[in-house]
Amino acid sequence: MKIETVYFGEIEIEESKLLAFNHGLPGFQDEKQFALLDLEGNPAFKILQSTKAIELAFVITNPFLIETGYEFKLDEQTVEQLNINKSEDVSVWSIVTLKEPFEQSTLNLKAPIVLNLNNKQGKQISLNDSNYHTKHSIKGGEHHASPNTETR
Amino acid sequence: MLVLTRKQGESIQINDDIEIKVIGIEGDQIKLGIDAPKHVDIHRKEIYQQIREENQAASQLTPNTINLLKNTKKD
Repeated sequence: MKIETVYFGEIEIEESKLLAFNHGLPGFQDEKQFALLDLEGNPAFKILQSTKAIELAFVITNPFLIETGYEFKLDEQTVEQLNINKSEDVSVWSIVTLKEPFEQSTLNLKAPIVLNLNNKQGKQISLNDSNYHTKHSIKGGEHHASPNTETR
Repeated sequence: MLVLTRKQGESIQINDDIEIKVIGIEGDQIKLGIDAPKHVDIHRKEIYQQIREENQAASQLTPNTINLLKNTKKD
């Protein structure tokens, strides 16, 4: 099917590549279907594009590239909601909040996106009992981005 | 907003399948027990709000911001 995207205009995408977010995302509860798009020239990032709202897209990345010790326990409720049977089917992503300059961009480690690649279902979960932040510096390490942080 | 008064050990029943029980009261803290079906997501409000705001901020992208990524090489 053809979908409209923020960054790439109209593109053709196989329906098998669409992801269902049955609960939407916090703040975007009506957005229940997204396409996962590659970003040419930078394989570390992908675009999560709503198929309904053209203007709605998120930049996502593999959180383990930035925070190598990132870990959390997937709660039973999510396992059930996404119908997860095998751990190999699970794919974890973090939403990036892009800033200029790029070094000030942050990563939401508090609320990762969990995908079940087997049935193409996804959900943004909230790690309530963790110390991870919604604004984790994209530079990694212990440093947490704050609006007052001057990086140059 | 509906306002109800409950004592420790008493509950509120919402529809057929959601029960919220006052488990304990210690000073200015109230411990609630919530029984709800698995498809119902329950959040601490301030954390949910934080995630909502971050999602809002992350979605405020322009075609220009994507160019930041095209020029960025990760180690």
